[in-house]
Amino acid sequence: MRIELEKRPDVSRLFSILSPFIALLLTLVCGAVMFMMLGKNPVAALYGFFVEPLMEVWSLHELAVKAAPLILIAVGLSVCYRSNNWNIGAEGQFIMGAIAGSILPVMFHEWNSPFVLPLMMLFGMLGGALFAGIPAFLKAHLNTNEILTSLMLVYVAQLFLDWLVRGPWRNPGGLNFPETRTFEASAILPEMIASGRTHWGFGFAILAAILIWFMMRYTLKGFEITVLGQSERAGRFAGFSSRKMIWFSMLLSGALAGLAGISEVSGAMQQLRPVISPGYGFTAIIVAFLGRLNPLGIVVAGLVLALTYLGGEAVQVSLEISDKVTRVFQGLLLFFVLSCDTLIHYRIRLVASKLAGSATAAATTDGAR
Amino acid sequence: MKKLLLALATTAAVIGFSAAASAADKAKVCFIYVGSKTDGGWTQAHDIGRLELEKSLGDKIETQFLENVPEGPDAERAIERLARSGCGLIFTTSFGFMDATVKIASKFPDVKFEHATGYKTAPNLATYNSRFYEGRYIQGQIAAKISEKGVAGYIASFPIPEVVMGINAFVTGARSVNPDFKIKVVWANTWFDPGKEADAAKALIDQGVDVLTQHTDTTAPMQVAAERGIKAFGQASDMIKAGPETQLTAIVDTWGAYYIKRTQAFLDGKWETMSSWDGLKDGILTMAPYTNMPDDVKAMAEATQAKIESGELKPFTGPLNKQDGSEWLKAGESSDDATLLGMNFYVEGVDDKLPQ
Repeated sequence: MRIELEKRPDVSRLFSILSPFIALLLTLVCGAVMFMMLGKNPVAALYGFFVEPLMEVWSLHELAVKAAPLILIAVGLSVCYRSNNWNIGAEGQFIMGAIAGSILPVMFHEWNSPFVLPLMMLFGMLGGALFAGIPAFLKAHLNTNEILTSLMLVYVAQLFLDWLVRGPWRNPGGLNFPETRTFEASAILPEMIASGRTHWGFGFAILAAILIWFMMRYTLKGFEITVLGQSERAGRFAGFSSRKMIWFSMLLSGALAGLAGISEVSGAMQQLRPVISPGYGFTAIIVAFLGRLNPLGIVVAGLVLALTYLGGEAVQVSLEISDKVTRVFQGLLLFFVLSCDTLIHYRIRLVASKLAGSATAAATTDGAR
Repeated sequence: MKKLLLALATTAAVIGFSAAASAADKAKVCFIYVGSKTDGGWTQAHDIGRLELEKSLGDKIETQFLENVPEGPDAERAIERLARSGCGLIFTTSFGFMDATVKIASKFPDVKFEHATGYKTAPNLATYNSRFYEGRYIQGQIAAKISEKGVAGYIASFPIPEVVMGINAFVTGARSVNPDFKIKVVWANTWFDPGKEADAAKALIDQGVDVLTQHTDTTAPMQVAAERGIKAFGQASDMIKAGPETQLTAIVDTWGAYYIKRTQAFLDGKWETMSSWDGLKDGILTMAPYTNMPDDVKAMAEATQAKIESGELKPFTGPLNKQDGSEWLKAGESSDDATLLGMNFYVEGVDDKLPQ
């Protein structure tokens, strides 16, 4: 007796709806067992993880602040990935966007005007887009692998930022600490609602998600992205250029990552430091896939992932559950969500006898290819 | 998913809340850590302080902490969470938490905050620091006696005043014994990275240093020194276990005494903002046992320590020149604290260019 995966002839509608719920259930069960083994009350732990952060206004604001960059970056990445362009360097584009956007408040800090903020956002998008343009150019014209080039450029961006804040952009009044001067009020992204810290970065994220969703669903461009992503040849017959698509998708995702970068710096940090991102650009890749590359799904996925960070802190305080357990728990959630999606394309079969089993196994693996 | 959460919420509401009311009488003292509480260095030293505090005042207070909190927006949220969860006194134990602490302190005027190694205070925000440089001066003297080549290696983290001050204190101490003593510096650009720190240690030893000291948090340099058979100094915690035959002494951060003192003041209603900068005499830093050195060197180190504790010896006392040879302190003149806290120059004897 043995368990096998068999490819479904069609995508299962039932499981594409059910799979996130099964995943959540499995995570909760596994998490509960883990918390019990640690001698903690599993109900209290799970409550602290998933519910407590949603019960208070300030905490909801923090959720939005944490989710904003993840959603904004992931929405851009979804376009890339749908068109079969694998931009892994959003972290670098995030940083370059933050740097380009900070040119005004750092170098021209005396200039206070209502134009500062919009220009900063624009510069941020340009910075991110130009930086994503490097792997785009290399792929479109020299046929290099964009996964490698975009990833390697992350380190370039990180070191460039490090050099800037230690060198030419260091705050002259900051006792030699590696950080820029703090932004003037005119360069700080305002809060959306008076009751907490949620800044307009979250607004940008939601707006971008809706716009990209609309584009993918109702416009010819969206169709072009899908067709070229699924079959380049078919796209060529339809008169679409895959080279132009490389440029379009990379620049778009770079611009959104850059906007996320400058929004985060202007709205939440108000200065540049050697490290401005705890890996948002990489976490956003997970968010994009958790949201199944659907911009609206990404909004939900971004909020769920942000919730696990906040929940992790909440149980650290209320139940003294270590920070490492939180990470394990996040890992469990992602593992189950992604593996449950297998059920959409495959069905589980129990195979009775050994001989017959191996024969069908060979057949199914062939079929799967 | 919402339904599931809802179902969970209702069950938890029944079970979870019964526990909440019981511990309300005790005052809560909270800590934010930048690293893991078992890092063997900086954060662990703070956590040992927290445990001492619990031991000493455990009948009146309880403690809570958040570890591995990244500096930046995450720190702001973490500090706010503690402030909201009923903490009366919050210690934020890394320089990078400074602006976040200032922001949250202004939002919660009834909560008291203490920020380690920073320079911004408020009516409900105090700062505290330790005169680590006093220990570095002693280390420098020991190094000058132990080293045959007259060159020590220094693994530094970031070119901030705190670290530059440590380098200068070490050199000043060493040159009080051997006026030709030199040190080589490698900037690891990290507080905590065993790989980078070990590489820095290897690079320095390859350049011919025969005694090693560090301003980073892990025991990796100590282990490299042990492998290569040279002597080294520990940092933040006693690292003797990483180098039983290697460690000469270590600067041990003993924050416990300070945490107890300030928490007691808080409980008595006498807490006031201040900028505390204690040293060897106050017990906020101690020297690990002087080991692996001849008796005369040990006697010298103990004598110097006693002089610093009594106030007879101030490490930064002239005549001292800056690296370029220009005069910094005249004979008999001691540096004021403001210069030390903003220190951005080397003294003579440092074989390195200060990153600007």
